[in-house]
Amino acid sequence: MSLQDAIAVRPVAEALQRAQAGKSYWSRVRERLLADRITMAVMALLASIIVIVLAAPLIATHDPTVGSVFARLKSPGYQGHWLGTDEVGRDLWSRILYGGRLSLLCGVAPVAFALLAGGSLGLLAGYRGGIINSLIMRSMDVLYAFPSILLAIAICGMLGAGLVNTILALTVTFIPPIVRISETVTAQVRSFEFVEAAQASGAKPLSIIRFHILNNVLGPILVYATSLISISIILAAGLSFLGLGITPPDAEWGLMLNNLRQAIWVNPLVAALPGAMIFITSMCFNLVSDGLRSAMDVRI
Amino acid sequence: MSGEVLLEVRNVKRYFPVRGGVLQRKVATVQAVDDISFNVRCGETLGIVGESGCGKSTTARLLMQLLVADAGTITFAGRTVGASGGMDVRDLRRQVQMVFQDSYSSLNPRCTIEDTIAYGPSVHGVGWQAARLRAREMLAKVGLDPALFAARYPHELSGGQRQRVNIARALALEPKLVVLDEPVSALDKSVEAQVLNLLVDLKRDLTLTYVFISHDLNVVQYISDRVLVMYLGKVVEVGSVESIYGSPRHPYTRALLGAKPSMDPDRRSEQVTLTGDPPTPISPPSGCRFHTRCAHAEACCAAVEPPLAGDGDHYSACHMLITGSGHSAAPCIAA
Amino acid sequence: MWFFIARRVLYAVPILLGVSFVVFLLMKMVPGDAADILIPPEAPREVAAMIRARFGLDQPIHIQYLRWLQAMASGDFGTSIFTNQPVADELFGALANTLKLALPAALLGFSLGVLLGALAAHYSGTWLDKLFSAFAITGVSLPHYWVGMVLVAIFAVVLNVLPGQGMGPEGFPSTWEHARHLILPVITLSLIPMGVVSRLVRANVLEIRSMEFISALAAKGLMGRRVLLHILKNAAPSALALMGLQFGYLLGGSILVETVFNWPGSGSLMNLAIFRRDIPVLSATILVLAAIFVAINILIDVLQALIDPRIRR
Repeated sequence: MSLQDAIAVRPVAEALQRAQAGKSYWSRVRERLLADRITMAVMALLASIIVIVLAAPLIATHDPTVGSVFARLKSPGYQGHWLGTDEVGRDLWSRILYGGRLSLLCGVAPVAFALLAGGSLGLLAGYRGGIINSLIMRSMDVLYAFPSILLAIAICGMLGAGLVNTILALTVTFIPPIVRISETVTAQVRSFEFVEAAQASGAKPLSIIRFHILNNVLGPILVYATSLISISIILAAGLSFLGLGITPPDAEWGLMLNNLRQAIWVNPLVAALPGAMIFITSMCFNLVSDGLRSAMDVRI
Repeated sequence: MSGEVLLEVRNVKRYFPVRGGVLQRKVATVQAVDDISFNVRCGETLGIVGESGCGKSTTARLLMQLLVADAGTITFAGRTVGASGGMDVRDLRRQVQMVFQDSYSSLNPRCTIEDTIAYGPSVHGVGWQAARLRAREMLAKVGLDPALFAARYPHELSGGQRQRVNIARALALEPKLVVLDEPVSALDKSVEAQVLNLLVDLKRDLTLTYVFISHDLNVVQYISDRVLVMYLGKVVEVGSVESIYGSPRHPYTRALLGAKPSMDPDRRSEQVTLTGDPPTPISPPSGCRFHTRCAHAEACCAAVEPPLAGDGDHYSACHMLITGSGHSAAPCIAA
Repeated sequence: MWFFIARRVLYAVPILLGVSFVVFLLMKMVPGDAADILIPPEAPREVAAMIRARFGLDQPIHIQYLRWLQAMASGDFGTSIFTNQPVADELFGALANTLKLALPAALLGFSLGVLLGALAAHYSGTWLDKLFSAFAITGVSLPHYWVGMVLVAIFAVVLNVLPGQGMGPEGFPSTWEHARHLILPVITLSLIPMGVVSRLVRANVLEIRSMEFISALAAKGLMGRRVLLHILKNAAPSALALMGLQFGYLLGGSILVETVFNWPGSGSLMNLAIFRRDIPVLSATILVLAAIFVAINILIDVLQALIDPRIRR
């Protein structure tokens, strides 16, 4: 670029800069996210799945727990069963709807709880350092010594099946990785000078965490947590599949997989549906997580 | 320089443990600051100079109580810091503020400039509205138009502008003493001059006292009234800027000043050679810490640590200046 | 170097203690006294007390823990409540079967993973790379046991070329009959490691390729394939670490695939134990699997330290 060009471009560049001025980090993230069409489409899909599933009482055609000996494993369309019936004669469409509620619950709730508990622990460990850090991280190491599935199975296996135990088991499984990432990020932010500056202003630790650290660490932790949701859905489905999670006669996508295992030999298509739902929702959460990560990767 | 003593540092030590081994036991100690004492008088600028690793930054943080001294006392306006009945840390942080070296990390990237500056006052009880107002005042004082800059974010500012914000942040609490840790080291020369002049003006307008830490001798000479030279955690020389730069006494100071590159090709630097490698602060040399690199070192230098000695205003820690120290160049005992 | 290994092994001891504590805690939290399973409901109180004493359930809890720990450490894993056989025999037999699955799955998953990852990185930016990313994300979002079921549906039910259940003949896999039973479960099990490893390899290779020393090598005139060798050498440590972790997950998390294929491995053993509430078997299995995982982690750390001298301190 010649000198003339450089001089000519300058005012434009400055005007652009001024137009950009004052955009907070989060609003820029939102901008990028909104511009990312794939992620927006996926989020729309996810939102519609959630809405449909939540509306189960309104749009289900039958009671999902009531079966009929005469209507076992019927094809779609049979006597008002839009998607057919399962091996006990229960309406598949209704079971998919109600099962979705439990599956999604088991996906989101454990991660949310783990985020609260693990995030706070990690913040504490990262901010204070020293003995408190060692104590917390070493305890997490013990939990880390179990492969995730094993820990979830151990807890459910010992304590028994059911919704509460499933959520508890998955929460405990997810706490160590969340603690680890929030500790890492917090320790990193803690080492920046603006935290020292805040301390030099005479602020108390709680104020510093709330005002300075939180909005810097929340991003990466949130991205990680959303990627955990997809794992949680799959794990919860797996637990139900083993008979450890949600128990019959309730509906849950993983549990439905188990029930329909024998149905594979008779009517393979019917077994595919719950699996496909698990796959789709899990994939959506993964894509959203990736999209969030890209949006937050703003080069400053 | 007239004015009572505002800050008194007495025999302050700060060591850092080096941990290793299975149980993270203390394996060695970094003697970052070893028994230093100095005064800062009201209204003056005390420059602290030295190479990296000499303990300047540690000293800065000790003054702010961002680090706590292992031994010694710090007294501010007659009140001992940390002692019961004296001054507590929160009080100290109203009176003493710090300007950090502008790495990008000295400003929170997620906060607006206004909020960053207003945070300090808000912590001390000022409501957010009032704090923001004060932030805008400070921005104007450091030469940044509040209308343009208050709502911006650090990444939109240049290095010099960010440093002005740093200064504004420090001054928002209306401190009496400002510790500046390498405030212009990361700036281009032209910007550096602007910021230095701003500091001089602010000091005059707001009646401040500065402790100015830097490794850049020219900058220190420009801005300081008195200068303190540190080496490996110790004070080796202290005096008025004229006497330090005009007639340096300690061999280390002489070497530092002699090594200054000059813009004048006719004035070749009279190299006072520094021999040897800089030792680590983990196991500092015995006696006078500089003796391993000193061209004038003798037996007594390795054996005994020289105290700060001198007349009235200019002190230095060298055996060559202490009567009866055993050094061949020491003045003879007057008859 | 030895000091590093010793230190690392020593560090595992409190971890193992912690693990045993967690397992014991879980055991104690099983609803209903463990002895309730053993005691017939009509038994008079003295008989119940006798049974309790026999199993040491009347002791204070820390004594119970220490005794249990001692037994575990000395290899006495107790007796199965259900079969009355020593747990150790069942467990190690089952573990061997799981290994028959896990090893081939690991090999398959890792090699394909590295290949795919390297290819994706090589063609990064092109449609091949996009395709790869789509596959990778699919792999991570799929419930792999569901894929197993689908494979069974296709190959066992519809096409009827491969068995959909069971391990086939006993003994070390050496015949085609063995292999037939191995194919579907191994493929199913290898999906997750393949996905994870390929993602990591791709990211690593891309990152290293952008580093300056690669440009320096190219500027020196080094040919493409040999540069790739350099890249792989640098990507190896973290890839190896991930592979070790994934192998641990394969061993400890094979239960789902084993259930789908009725494979008599440690996962099925656990499944059965849960179903029968056979606490000794369940707790011993969990403990042993966790201990193996810890051992694998130590191995990884040591290997990493061997390769990357920066880690040794």
